[in-house]
Amino acid sequence: MSQINLPVDHSDTPGSSRSTWQFIVSELRPKGAILTPFNLITLPIMILGLYLIIIRFIGGLGTITNLNQTFPWGLWIGFDVVTGVAFAGGAYTLVFMVYILNLKKYYPIARATVLTGFLAYVFYSGALLLDLGRPWNVINPIIGNNYGVSSVLFLVAWHFLLYMLALFIEFSPAIAEWLNMPGLRRFLSRLTLGAVIFGITLSTLHQAGLGALFLMASEKIHPLWYNSLIPVTFVVTSIFGGLSMVIFEGSISHRVFSDQLEPGSHQRHNDILHGLSRVCAGAMFVYLALHILIFIHQGNHVFLNSRHGLIYLVEMVGLTALPMVLYLAAYRKRNIQLVKTAAILTVLGIVLNRLNVSIIGFKWDVPNHYIPSWQEIIVTLAVISAEIWVFRWIVLRMPVLRKGPAWARDQH
Amino acid sequence: MPLDRRDFLKTLGVAGTGLLLGRKTLQASSGPRSDKEFMAVLYDSTRCIGCQSCEFACAEANGLEEPVGEPEIGTLRDTDEKHRTVVNAFDTSKGEFFVKKQCLHCNQPACDAACLTQAMHKTEEGPVIWRGDKCMGCRFCMVSCPFDVPKFEYFSANPKIEKCDMCYERQLAGEIPACVEACPAEALMFGTRREMLAEAHRRIAENPEQYVNHIYGDTEAGGTGWLTLSAVPFEEIGMKTNVRHESYPKLTKGFISSIAPVDILLPAALLGIYEATRSKDEEEEL
Repeated sequence: MSQINLPVDHSDTPGSSRSTWQFIVSELRPKGAILTPFNLITLPIMILGLYLIIIRFIGGLGTITNLNQTFPWGLWIGFDVVTGVAFAGGAYTLVFMVYILNLKKYYPIARATVLTGFLAYVFYSGALLLDLGRPWNVINPIIGNNYGVSSVLFLVAWHFLLYMLALFIEFSPAIAEWLNMPGLRRFLSRLTLGAVIFGITLSTLHQAGLGALFLMASEKIHPLWYNSLIPVTFVVTSIFGGLSMVIFEGSISHRVFSDQLEPGSHQRHNDILHGLSRVCAGAMFVYLALHILIFIHQGNHVFLNSRHGLIYLVEMVGLTALPMVLYLAAYRKRNIQLVKTAAILTVLGIVLNRLNVSIIGFKWDVPNHYIPSWQEIIVTLAVISAEIWVFRWIVLRMPVLRKGPAWARDQH
Repeated sequence: MPLDRRDFLKTLGVAGTGLLLGRKTLQASSGPRSDKEFMAVLYDSTRCIGCQSCEFACAEANGLEEPVGEPEIGTLRDTDEKHRTVVNAFDTSKGEFFVKKQCLHCNQPACDAACLTQAMHKTEEGPVIWRGDKCMGCRFCMVSCPFDVPKFEYFSANPKIEKCDMCYERQLAGEIPACVEACPAEALMFGTRREMLAEAHRRIAENPEQYVNHIYGDTEAGGTGWLTLSAVPFEEIGMKTNVRHESYPKLTKGFISSIAPVDILLPAALLGIYEATRSKDEEEEL
């Protein structure tokens, strides 16, 4: 993506002569270099992934996954959905800071974060469809065939769906700016606050709900990871996990899409990351305190001297306590490299945590434990690749990283 | 609950689906229950001769594949997507015993509580059934069931969940479950759960040396519709003994009942914080 032509030719003149449809069609054409290393790696993965998905729908889930009667949930749920949604938690945390706490400093990264969150949900629910045995029935809990109101999953499904809508509304002013429609933008902007409040509420509950999914599997999950507070720990981890993903992903975007940014934004972005690192450290402190209480209360020290104890220590000490200290140190010393290191460690810690609850700790005592097949991994990589392609398509066209058109800045 | 859902909606207008969901949740937890008694099966493992008549009868009644293998000490067969019940043999402190395995039809099943479309459904009559027109194949029932009963067809483009349904259709037609009918040793007995519990207690009381003084399913998972008697401690005959003695849905009850309050209180708090942190110049603009 070396040279990119920004669609600036008409963006400051509302009501341009070209029709909106012509504009959209012209925007569908690819922008920037095509033969980049990223494209050359991800395109074959996506094609292979698509092929595997076709096989899966012809022959059933068993044809390409290692799922079986003992392990009904694997990588597609444990990583794509359970972990992915934790990372999408950056969106609700950040809009809370920007719109509710009125911390304007973070506004410049709000759009990119909301877009990442929205795409994450779209693609993870897409991945969820791949995992459903009877996906044509996916509308049943929506149309009332039947409403399983005592089901945690019912809550998660509805809150998922409504939250996607909230995220779309939060992002939609950027679409109106792209389409050069001031009237539409004015209307959509008015919905933002409602969507934000609604969205934060929905997020809190479905982040907790994803944890609550595992409550009934009480004897099946290793005691190091099973506790009655899973819903609470899932919310707290989604706060710093989501923000760490914002730091990690934002740092990459700022490098890759640097031509979208105006001069001076680099320093501002560093300030933002320093602020976020303090928030992360705070949330991680609360999480560790909570987890130490759980650990002592359940007498979990007896499990430490085992393979799972080691995995637990890596997660809790190496990938939670350590990055918390690094975040604090980075904030004190204003060291942006340290912030990024802490973010990467935290992201790895969240991946490990979610996999520990959903896969590694699930039926830990059964011989022949589930290990994902290479096909499951390829499909997962294909989903992530497709998400990045769509993200790039939008960032190169809509005002996500760069400022919106002049008319939008005057509008309130 | 004086209001039904419709009235509630009318009262609150467009109060947000969050409220709606919360309300329905409360209704579900305290909704009217039929006063019908649950039907149950009493299985006396001390009488079982391991003849597999129940396995064959089950396969025939449900159009499934014939049993593979036979009960043998040392090999543990399991139910799968083609076999809803199996009989295994165990070498115990009191000699060889046979044990039939199938869905236990919990009084408050985890699978039923897990299912977001009520495809897994505890019927008023007692059997826990699976309804294909509702199921989306998420397999949350399999994750939640403490006994790992529901099985999934992994090699089908139109997969079903397979599990014993206590011959629900036959029951509706006035017949008894196929396995009970087929049992030549009278190891299986069918009736209301109350009657079966009484019968089990009677057998233990009359032959205290023949049975351990516990009915598996009396309190396991909060009580099940399949009651098992044994001559030896239940772990010796492969029954899961680390299960909870209260219902599994209870584990998520606290979380589910917190949904409605959070859905209502959190937006109010957020709006309050928003108003409190809004800067002066913004207020002047508006």
